[in-house]
Amino acid sequence: MYLETPKKFRALENQAHQVAAQFFRPISRKYDKAEHAYPKELDLLAALLDGMNEGSPNAVGATSASKRGAAREVEEGIKNGGNLSALLGVMELCWGDVGLLLAMPRQGLGNAAIAAVANDEQLGRFGKTWAAMAITEPGCGSDSAAIRTTAVKDGDHYILNGEKIFVTSGERAKAVVVWATLDKGLGRAAIKSFVVEHGTPGMTVTRLEKKLGIKASDTAAISFVDCRVPAANLLGNPEIDVQKGFAGVMETFDNTRPLVAGMAIGVAKAALDRTRELLSRAGCRFDYRKPLLSVSHAEATLYRLEAEWEAARLLTLKAAWMADNKLPNSKEASIAKAKAGRVANEITLKCVELAGAAGYGEDELLEKWARDSKILDIFEGTQQIQLLIIARRLLGKTSSELK
Amino acid sequence: MRTDVQGHALAVLSKVAQADWPDRFKLRHPFEKLLYTGSRSSFRYAAARGGKSKVPRVVSSDSLFDLSLSDEQQMLVEMLDSFASEVLRPAAHDADAQAAVPAELLIQARELGLAFYGVPEAHGGMAGERTLVTNALIAEALGKGDLTLAASLLVPLSAANCIRRWASPEQQAQWLPAFASEQGAEPYALAVNEPAVLADPQRLQTTARKRGGHYLLNGEKSLVLQGLNASRLLVAAQCSDGPALFWVDAASKGISRQAEPAMGLKAGALARVRFKSVKVPAEQRLAGADFDYSAFLACSSLAWCALAVGTSQAALDYVIGYCNERVAFGEPISHRQGVAFMVADLAIEIDAMRLMVWRACARAERGESFLREAYLARVLCAEKAMKVGTDAVQLLGGHGFTKEHPVERWYRDLRAIAIQAGGLHL
Repeated sequence: MYLETPKKFRALENQAHQVAAQFFRPISRKYDKAEHAYPKELDLLAALLDGMNEGSPNAVGATSASKRGAAREVEEGIKNGGNLSALLGVMELCWGDVGLLLAMPRQGLGNAAIAAVANDEQLGRFGKTWAAMAITEPGCGSDSAAIRTTAVKDGDHYILNGEKIFVTSGERAKAVVVWATLDKGLGRAAIKSFVVEHGTPGMTVTRLEKKLGIKASDTAAISFVDCRVPAANLLGNPEIDVQKGFAGVMETFDNTRPLVAGMAIGVAKAALDRTRELLSRAGCRFDYRKPLLSVSHAEATLYRLEAEWEAARLLTLKAAWMADNKLPNSKEASIAKAKAGRVANEITLKCVELAGAAGYGEDELLEKWARDSKILDIFEGTQQIQLLIIARRLLGKTSSELK
Repeated sequence: MRTDVQGHALAVLSKVAQADWPDRFKLRHPFEKLLYTGSRSSFRYAAARGGKSKVPRVVSSDSLFDLSLSDEQQMLVEMLDSFASEVLRPAAHDADAQAAVPAELLIQARELGLAFYGVPEAHGGMAGERTLVTNALIAEALGKGDLTLAASLLVPLSAANCIRRWASPEQQAQWLPAFASEQGAEPYALAVNEPAVLADPQRLQTTARKRGGHYLLNGEKSLVLQGLNASRLLVAAQCSDGPALFWVDAASKGISRQAEPAMGLKAGALARVRFKSVKVPAEQRLAGADFDYSAFLACSSLAWCALAVGTSQAALDYVIGYCNERVAFGEPISHRQGVAFMVADLAIEIDAMRLMVWRACARAERGESFLREAYLARVLCAEKAMKVGTDAVQLLGGHGFTKEHPVERWYRDLRAIAIQAGGLHL
C-alpha cells in the first residue's frame, strides 16, 4: 500500500506547480477583474502543454484522462496512468487559478469527449481543434436526459435546432461539441453529440454570462437555428441503441468527475496554504501534536479544514487510481466529486473568515478562491446529483425508485 | 514546493506572454512553436527519467500509488470479517449488558493468534518489518463485529506492539515470547488517559521520579481499557527527561483500581487506576533506542481510528438493510432523498476515514514522517465516526433508540474515538 504521489509523476507535479505559481498566479487577479477578456497568455502556455502532452505519455490536462483506453500498457499489476497523472496536474494548476485552467485552449471537456469517443477519421479532423462542450439548456441542467435540442437527419447532414447555455469557452473555442436528441420520444438513448465548428451558418453566440467566479473562463449561450452539420461530425455510433446509448455518453463523466474534484482540491489547497501563512504570522503554531481542545480556535479550525482536505484528496486519488486500473469507479468518482466539491467550498469560505478583513479584501486572493470554488460543487453534476448516484448504488435503487 | 529552474523560466515566459510586444512583432506564433518543440524534448527527457526505475519491470509497491491489499492481508481480512460477523456480533449485546468480555471469546481470540502479529519472528511471532497497515486492517475487520469487543481483543496485540516498538532488545527478549506462547501473555493494559478536563497526553500529570535504582510513580489513569483485568500495566508517566512508558506489575504496592463505567465501551472493563508512590525498578522503563512518545500516541490513536472505520462500516451496512426494508407512506424509506442522502454521506465519510488511516499507517511503516497524517486522521475520524453513530440511530428512528438494534451501542462506543488516548497500539 502506497498512498503518495508516485515517483514517476513527481516531476510532472512539480512542473504543473511551477506553471501555477509562475504563470497563473501573476495574472490571476487581472482576469478576475477583466471578465470576458481573453487571457492571451494562455496561448503560450497551451503550446507548452501541447508539448508536454506529446512529449510525455503522462501529461497534464483534461484530455489525458481519456487516453486510458489507448494506453498500450501490457505490464501486469498495478497501474498509475493517464487518469492519475491528469489529476495530479489539474490539482497543481488549480492551486494557481481554476478559472485560467478552465480557459485553457484544447484542455476542455469538448476535447475530452472527442478524445474519448471520436473515430479515427474524426480524430484526424478534430484532434487538434479546441472544442467546447454544450450540454446544458435553459430547461435542463442536471437532468441531461431531458435535452430539447433536436438533430434531424437531412441527406448527408443533421439539422440542429435549440439553445445551449453555460458553454465554457463557447465563444473562444474553434468548435463546440453539442448534445442533441435524434428523437425526443426515445429518451436518453437518442442523445448524440455533434462537433459544430464556429462559422457554421445557424450557430450564434447570443450572450456571455457575468459570473460569481471563474471569470477568466468565459461562459457562453449559443443558439442553433436550422444549423446544418455534416453527418460525419456525429461522434460515436449514429444508431439509437436503447440498451446502451446514454451510458456511453455518461461514461465520459466517470473520467472527468475526478478531474473536477481535483480542481476543487487545488483551489482549496491554495486557500489553506495562504491562510496558514497568514495565521502563522499572527502567532498561530501548527505542530500536529496538541489536542484539538487545547489549541486556539483558529488553529483547530485550520486543522479540521486540513483533515477534510486530505480526505477529499485521497478519495479523488482513489477514483482516478481505479480508473487507471480499469476498476468500475462510477460510485467512487461521485464520492470524490461530492466530497471535494463541498469541502473546497467550505474551506475557501472559512479561510476568508479566518483571515478576517485581509481575507475579505481584494489585496489577497482568498476572496477570489471563495467565489471560484462555488461552481466546483455545481458543474459536472451538482452535490445533490452525486449524492443521488452514490445512494442509488449503495441502496441498489433505480432512478425511478430513488428520484 | 520551491521555485526551480523550470519555474524561473516560466516566470520569465509569463512576463513575455503578458507583454504586447510579441504580437507587435508577429512573434507570438513562432515563439509558441519554439516553446512547443523545446518543451516536448525536455518533458520527454523528464518523463523518461521519471519513469526509469532502478529495477526494471519490477513494480515495487513504493513507487506506484497503490490501494490494493497484499494476498496475505486479503486473506487475513476475510478470515477476521467472518469472525467478526459470526462470533463478535452475536456476543456483543450481552457483553455490553454484562460489562464483560465472555471468557470463551478470549480463548477463541487467543486461538486466532492475533498477538502473534505483534511479536517478531525472532521471538516466535509473525511481525515482519511492516506491520502497521496489517494491524489497522485487523482492527478494522474486527471493528465490524463490535467496537468494544474488538478493542478488548486487540489489547494483547497492542501490548506486544508497544513492547516491540519501544522497548530495548533485552526487554523484548524478556517480555515478548510470552505473547507467542501457547497460553498467551498475562493480561495487559495500556494506561495513558488521565481524568482531568482538558488533559493533554503530551503533558502527563502522572509523574515518575527517579530514586536510585527505582522510579516512584504518582498519579491517576482513567478509562483504562481492560484495566480491571490486567495483571501487567504499561503506564505513561512524566519523567524529568520527558514522557516515558513503564512496565508495571498491577499487584504492586500503591496501586489501587476501581471500575469506571462510562457511556460506552462497557465490555472493556474500564478502570480508574491510582498510583501512590509505586516503586518500579528502573530497568522496567521501556528503553528502546528510538523511543518516541509522540509516535507512540499516534500509533495509539490510529488504532482507535481503525476500529472506528470498521464499526462505522458496520453501521452503514446495517442502516442500508434497515432503510430498504422499513416501509413508510407505501414505499421503503430509502426511496426518500432525505434518507438516501444521509446514507450517501455516511459512505463518503467512512471511505474518507479509511483512506486517512491507511495513509498514516502506510507512511509510518515505511519509516516516513506520519505525525501530521495520524493527527489529521484522528481529527477526521473523531468527528465523522460520531456522525455515523448519531445518523445511524436517527435513520432507525425510535427503533434505533432501543437495544433491539446495535446502533445505540455503536452510538455510545463511537463517542470514545475522540476521547481515548492509549489503551491500544498498532
